[in-house]
Parts: sequence; C-alpha cells; structure tokens
Amino acid sequence: MSSRNQLMDYIKQGLTTFFLSFITLGPLAAWQLQGYEVSGSILRAFRVSLALAVLRVIIMGINSRRQNNKREVKGLGLHSKVGSRSLSGIFQWENHNQGTKLLLSAALFVAVIAPMFGGNYALTVGITAFIYVLLGLGLNIVVGLAGLLDLGFVAFYAVGAYSYALGAEHLGIGFWGAIPFAAGLAAFLGCLLAFPVLRMHGDYLAIVTLGFGEIIRLILNNWLEFTGGPNGIKAPYPSLFGLEFTRSARIEDGTTFHEFLGIEYSSDYRYMFIYATLLLVVACTIFAVSKLKNMSIGRAWEALREDEIACRSLGINHVTVKLSAFAMGASIAGVAGVFFAAYQGFINPTSFSFFESALILAIVVLGGLGSIPGVIMAAIVLTVLPELLRQFAEYRILIFGISMVVMMIWKPRGMMANVRGRLKVKPIRQSAKT
Amino acid sequence: MDSHILIQQLANGLVLGSTYGLIAVGYTMVYGIIGMINFAHGDIYMVSAYLTALVLALLGASVSPVVALIVAFVLVVGLTAVFGFSIERIAYKPLRKSPRLAPLISAIGVSLILQNYVQITQGARNQAVPTLIPGGLEWNVGGGVVGITWVQVMIIIVSQLAMGALTWMISRTALGRACRATEQDPKMAAILGINTDRIIAIVFTLGAAMAAVAGVLVTLNYGSFDFSIGFVTGIKAFTAAVLGGIGSLPGAMIGGLLLGLSESLFSGFVNSDYKDVFAFSLLVLVLIFKPSGLLGRPQVEKV
Repeated sequence: MSSRNQLMDYIKQGLTTFFLSFITLGPLAAWQLQGYEVSGSILRAFRVSLALAVLRVIIMGINSRRQNNKREVKGLGLHSKVGSRSLSGIFQWENHNQGTKLLLSAALFVAVIAPMFGGNYALTVGITAFIYVLLGLGLNIVVGLAGLLDLGFVAFYAVGAYSYALGAEHLGIGFWGAIPFAAGLAAFLGCLLAFPVLRMHGDYLAIVTLGFGEIIRLILNNWLEFTGGPNGIKAPYPSLFGLEFTRSARIEDGTTFHEFLGIEYSSDYRYMFIYATLLLVVACTIFAVSKLKNMSIGRAWEALREDEIACRSLGINHVTVKLSAFAMGASIAGVAGVFFAAYQGFINPTSFSFFESALILAIVVLGGLGSIPGVIMAAIVLTVLPELLRQFAEYRILIFGISMVVMMIWKPRGMMANVRGRLKVKPIRQSAKT
Repeated sequence: MDSHILIQQLANGLVLGSTYGLIAVGYTMVYGIIGMINFAHGDIYMVSAYLTALVLALLGASVSPVVALIVAFVLVVGLTAVFGFSIERIAYKPLRKSPRLAPLISAIGVSLILQNYVQITQGARNQAVPTLIPGGLEWNVGGGVVGITWVQVMIIIVSQLAMGALTWMISRTALGRACRATEQDPKMAAILGINTDRIIAIVFTLGAAMAAVAGVLVTLNYGSFDFSIGFVTGIKAFTAAVLGGIGSLPGAMIGGLLLGLSESLFSGFVNSDYKDVFAFSLLVLVLIFKPSGLLGRPQVEKV
C-alpha cells in the first residue's frame, strides 16, 4: 500500500471515529443534568471524541506495524527452526508445566512472607485477593473448562456467606463447621441448577443462570424475617480450637486467642488467622483443581466444552460431567463466601449483585479461559490494582468493560492461554539447510 | 377482588407490556440474525432515557410541549440508532468468526462500559424529567376510579404504530427481504449478493431505535431513572422475547404484553416485592420447558 493511500486511510478512519463518538458519547459528556436544567458546554464533547479519534489512529498504526513484522517473520524465520535438534523417537512431549510450577511456587512464597511486611491493610487486601482467586478458580471450572457460561455464579458465593451467618445464628455452626456445610449446600444448589439446564448451552444457559443468580439475590433482599433483607446480617468472627479473636470471650468460661498465648490484644490476629487459613484453602484448591484438570473428569470437561455431540457419541455421560462441573465450581464459591462473611463480619445482598458475577467472569476471561495460573494472576491483579490506583476508582468498571471487549478482540484466549501438554509428531525429515 | 383494581392493573400491564415489547424487538432481531444475546441492549435503552432528559432540558420551556416531544423523539431515536450501529461495529463485528462465548462476553463488557460512562458523566444519583403532558382519562368502575394518563395512552398507540411500521418493513420491503434472507441462511444470502455485514449493522441500528422509542416513552411516563435501569429492564425485555419465541417480531410484542400483564397482575394481587422474582422465574421456566416460545421455531441442534 502506498504511503499516500495509507495516510488517506488513517484520516478517514480518524474522522469516522471522531464523528461517531461525537454523536454517541458527545451529548452525555458535554451536558450534565442538574435537576430539570443542564450545565456544561459542547467543548467537552469535542475533547472526548478527539481523544478517541487519536487513539483509533494510534491503534491503526500499531496494527499495521505488527502485520508488517509478522510478514517478515513468516518469510524468513520458518526454516531455521525445523530439524535443529535431534531427539530420540518420533513423538515429542510438549511440556508447558515447568514455567507454571516455578511461577506458582514463587507466588506462594511471596504470599507467605508478604504479611510480615504489610501490616493490617496489606492483610485485608490479600484476603480480598484470595477470595477472588477462589471465586475465579471456581468459575474457571464451569466456564473455562466445561464451557458452560454461568452468569449467576455469585449466587453460590452468596449461599456460602449466608450459610455461615445464618448457620451460626440458627444452627450453631462455627467457622470450621461452616466450610464443609457451605461447600455442600452450594454444591447441592449447583446440581439443582444444573439439572434443568442440562440441555442448554451458550446464551440460553447464560441467561438462565443470570436469572437464577438474580432470584437468589432478590430473595435474600426481600425475605426480611430470615435474612434481614437489605439491612444484612451479622456474621460471627472465626475461632481456632474454640479460641476467639475478640477482645474478651463472648461465651462463658471461654478463652480468647490473645489470653491463651498471653500476648497483647490486636485486631491484626484475626486478619492474620483468616489470611493464613485462606492461603491454605487456596493452595489446596489450586492443587485439587490442577489435578482434576488432568484427571479423566477434567479431560471430560474440556472435551464437553469443545464438542458436546462428539462427546456423547464417544460415551461420555454428559449429565455427570456437567453436574460435577457445576457442583465443584459452586462448592469452591461457597467456601469463598464463608471466608468473605468471616472477614467482613457483616453481609448484605448488595455484595452479591450481578456486577460481582461480571467481575468474576472478567477475572476468568482476562486470565485465560481454563488457565489456572492465568486466573490466579488476573484475580490478584484485578483486586490489587484498584487499591493502588485509588484516584481512578470511578473509572474501575469502565476499565473492566473496555478490557473485556479488547481482550475478546485481541486475545480471546486470555493473557495466559490454557495450553495442554500434548504429544506432537516430530518432523522426520531433516531440512536441507542443516 | 375489586373490579376497578383489576382493570387498573390490566391497563398498567398493557402500558408496561408495550414498552417491554419495543425493547424485546432489539433482542429478538439480533438473536434471529446472528444468534447472540445483545447484552448491552438494556443499557442502550438506559442511554436513550438520559438523552431524552438532556434534550428536554436543553429545549427548556422555550418551546411548546408538543414541539419538545417531537424534537425529543427524532433526536433521541436518531442518536440512539447511531449508538447501536457504533457498538456493533466496535465490539461485535470483529468477533463474527470467533467462538460463541466471545461476543457474549464482549457484550457484557459493553454493558459495563455504558453504565459506567453514564455514571461518570452524569453522576450516580436519580435523574428526573418534568411532566410534559399532564392529565389523562378517568372512569368510574364498580366503586372505584380507573385512571390512565395521556402519556400512557401515547405509549400504547406509539408502540403499536412502531411495531406495525417495523413489521411492514420486514415483510414488504426489499430491505426486509434481505433481513429475512440473512436470518435464514447468512452464507446463502451472501452468495446471492446481499451484503450481510450491512444487514447485521442495520438490524442493530433498528433494534437500538426501537429501544429508544421505548426509552423516550417510559421516561416521560415515570419521570425518573438512573444509570442502572438498563439491567433489569433488559432482562425483562429478553424474557418477553423468549416468551413470544425468539426471532419472531410479532412474538416479541405478544411476549411483551403477556409479561407486562402478568407482572402487573402479580404485583397487584400477590406481592409487589417479588415481582422481579416472578419475572425472572418466568424466564427460567420458559427457557427450561418451552425454549422456542409461543411463536418461535424450535431449534434443532446441528453437528
């Protein structure tokens, strides 16, 4: 393409972008509603659309640059790779796990020593990040591995949180009892949801699960006598072997954690305890999920994602495969809910809105559908980054949205794509050049 | 059961259902043509509500209500149609050939973008528009008063007119024929010389325009809105589309009316707190037991 044509193309695209964004985004940017009046001027609309037009031209420039580079690589680079190394046998095991393992152990190391330097605030950020890691791993099973788009995932999170708070109030279940209880209850609900939607996939499934999530939230919001409605409900603080993390014991003859150890009371201990327990649970979950992924059930999940009809004709029972995906994902979310309730000490339905589901989905999508290290990374980045960029807090959702769209267009498999180790046929003929 | 409450709820349901039907058109046409749920559609409706308020406030009291109404209609429907077109071009067109989850996730992204953009530029608080056309009709029925405002009458009439015009366009004009052809078989339509990309863009634009009609009317009727109204309204309109049979235009209107009527009867006689739960349960039940809806074609799974 001649440079003059290219320039014309840039100008054309830039002008189109300017014009379209001026019409669409312009009016909302220019004027602000103040009661029945408006304030502002059209100048701001110009600024917004000009910025977008410039951005569009820059992206075009980068794109054409990249395409040119690609062409060069294709022309030159291909031959040098083939046959450069000789390995015994025809098959070659492509292993992608080595780097991942290293990364995971490094991350674990950082996670263990980080609270020693951070203090109370870092602990709370860490707890939030781990809760989202759990949620991301849970949804990753359902969406990433089994390919069932679940937009109501937050329902299981809510069930976990409420089963801890309500279980403590009505059934006297403690923190440790609540973890298996919430996991079981959420898994049961996951199966309950999965049964009717067995035949659905894609968009219909997404909408049904979305409806399910909203129904759960609305019931929590409206059932005043049981859940406290919008006012929420108190969740008790966790305890360790009956030792409480409060200033003074609330049950009679009880001992608190600091009294037992004979140290000064500090609210940090509670956060440290939750952090440590959560770290343990996260580590176990990562281990379990990565094992599951390579077991036959995990392979069945992924096979089902790729082609359901082929799967069924090969004798895979799609009912158990789907149910197990939903139940596994839900139980992980339920556990995350217990930790959320224990950490917050108070829960209400606003924590379980659709936005939360979208956020968890964003974590899974940005990390890479099906990729465990990707999901962990994305969960940590998406929870820690907003803390670091406090001054841009109001743009947080906007940035999520933009990154979801851009990711789908640019890298639909996520930042760290899910790659299976697989057998690859080694090229037999040596290339003429070597 | 008091008869005047019943009639009042039926009238309310008719008004509500007409707007659901208008928004459902956008879902049903887009789903019919590219098989994707346009998740951002409810938020396009929300944007049109904001645009209505902006146009009305900019016009102020300088013009008569009727002129203001017409100007608002033309401007808002036009602007929102461009919105629909741009969104399709930016967020969905590059994903035409990707797996089915990709456009859906992209649409959720667009929905978040629209909500947050409006929140940033206009603030999170509730907004309101002045009453443009006061008054209405009232009847005495069986010991009570049944009232319906002029705006509500306008909603019923305008939505029927808009639906009629759209149905005529789809069934009688060359453009409509191209739309139907693309819906039945995009590949074959392209071979026969139809620019399917253009048709898809037009469908998005039309859907957004219909949502804008609903946006103007509902804003005038309720007078208050905020940046999050698109979500619930969107799901309900989608319910209407599914109820009527997704992909079918008359189905969207029938589904909308059915949903509006049953929802307002439910909130009038059973429990108004749980009216959203009712609508969502209806959606889930219809999708489970009769996913093809009332007028839709059953979907056959192909290898």
